[in-house]
Amino acid sequence: MTALEKNILDILTEDARITPKKIAAMLSVDENEVKTRIARMEKTGVIVKYTAIVNDEAADESVVEALIEVKVTPKKKEGFDGIAKQIAAFPEVKSVYLMSGAYDLAVLIEDRSLQQVARFVSERISTFDGVISTATHFLLKKYKIEGTVTEREDADNRILVQA
Amino acid sequence: MRDFVNQKAKLLQPSGIRKFFDIVRETEGAISLGVGEPDFVTPWKVRAAAITSLQRGYTQYTGNRGIPALLELISRYLSERFALDYDPKHILITVGGSEAIDLALRACVERGEEVLIPDPAYVSYSPLVTLADGVPVQVECREEDNFVLKPEYLERAITEKTKAIILTYPNNPTGAIMTKEELEKIAAVIVKHDLLVITDEIYAELTYGKKHVSIAGLPDMKERTIYISGFSKAFAMTGWRMGYVCAPAAIDEAMFKIHQYGIMCAPITSQYAAIEALKDGFSDDFATVEDMRDSYDKRRKFVLHSLAEIGLQCFEPQGAFYAFPSVKASGLSGEAFAESLLKEEKVAVVPGSAFGSFGGDNVRLSYATSMQSLSKAFDKMGAFLSKRK
Repeated sequence: MTALEKNILDILTEDARITPKKIAAMLSVDENEVKTRIARMEKTGVIVKYTAIVNDEAADESVVEALIEVKVTPKKKEGFDGIAKQIAAFPEVKSVYLMSGAYDLAVLIEDRSLQQVARFVSERISTFDGVISTATHFLLKKYKIEGTVTEREDADNRILVQA
Repeated sequence: MRDFVNQKAKLLQPSGIRKFFDIVRETEGAISLGVGEPDFVTPWKVRAAAITSLQRGYTQYTGNRGIPALLELISRYLSERFALDYDPKHILITVGGSEAIDLALRACVERGEEVLIPDPAYVSYSPLVTLADGVPVQVECREEDNFVLKPEYLERAITEKTKAIILTYPNNPTGAIMTKEELEKIAAVIVKHDLLVITDEIYAELTYGKKHVSIAGLPDMKERTIYISGFSKAFAMTGWRMGYVCAPAAIDEAMFKIHQYGIMCAPITSQYAAIEALKDGFSDDFATVEDMRDSYDKRRKFVLHSLAEIGLQCFEPQGAFYAFPSVKASGLSGEAFAESLLKEEKVAVVPGSAFGSFGGDNVRLSYATSMQSLSKAFDKMGAFLSKRK
């Protein structure tokens, strides 16, 4: 990745809705250059998708999220990849990470209720060949999401006009 | 009853900004590009260090000069970042850079002596000279000269009463900086006329492209220079009021006495915060400061681009976080532009006239403001200008 692409990503990860024109102005480059780079990063999968960070609590949205620790016996040839990909394919699953340490896969899941999550663990994940054990932790409160603190500091207390 | 108010204080002009501030405050939903401080909150590590100092019970006076560890760190900081050589025993921690300016003037200026001040410049210098019984003399800095102080203008302003010159680069409100070569030319005039330099370098960390050079580091200048800086701008610490001043021994001693009797010492909590800001800075090459500067730079470029797009001509600022465009294209003076823009589009900028007598056709925009606000503000300014074409 070039320095320009890195700069573009820095700006986009802060505000994905900003226009290429504004990015171009901020970096003193041509607008078309920015568009080309973004298209390239989209195509090569550097940019996965553009999304909104939602604070469910503030949105009054009742979803249940859980972090499931999964211990797995790696398969010959494919190691952890096969089972990780199968778990990742479920729409309820938000993220799947291979971890170092006491367990192997960290699975972040989101569903409508506690029962739904419980069913997903017992009926889906546990039944995979190779899964040794699971430990499910429900998320209680989010203090920081994707680098953004949910309860904002009093945004701007500055005096409006100053020397 | 007698009139109890001192005549000097009575005749002091209220800040031109104050009047404008009152109008802005009453304008609901205004976007302000008039703010004169970083839009970053002090980094958490620094705040945490202050909290810890309180938990440990550090709530007393410190020595008049400041906490020795902080003086040591500032000495090292000035040496490593700006190649300046100041012994901790000639550094004095002040309540913001503001106190340092006041101390410098009171310690050195005799009644009737003239102090040269670049114009446009920050609003406090001239009133503080007056309060110190001196006579402020404005030296014009012109846009066609990139707002730097030219030796010929300086030479013209000097009389036998001239005692000192205030330098203030990177400059608020113009964003101008002075290069080493430009400073050398000024230094020659200063030495020739045996003047004292009071240099306020509070924005030193915020330059874009060229690295800041201090006049205090030029040959033969240290002994006639009072160097002022602080934590407000570079470390996003305005409210902590952490400044410092470095000066030759005799001047330092005079300032020390005024500080000792008038202030006693800078707040201890703020001093502990400043210690952390520097320690943290040394641990990672001042990455936090660099990140903030990088963020300002992106917005600076956006502002310059947007100004060109809406048809306002602007000198390219190289430092601080202000742009100082000319609004001549609108057919309005800076003051009329600022007032109408606020009334019609609810965008606040500061008229250049607030910063002296030579910025009347300009306004100051602060880009220490979120990209969202800047974008909106420029859309509105564009609409405002197109009505006038």
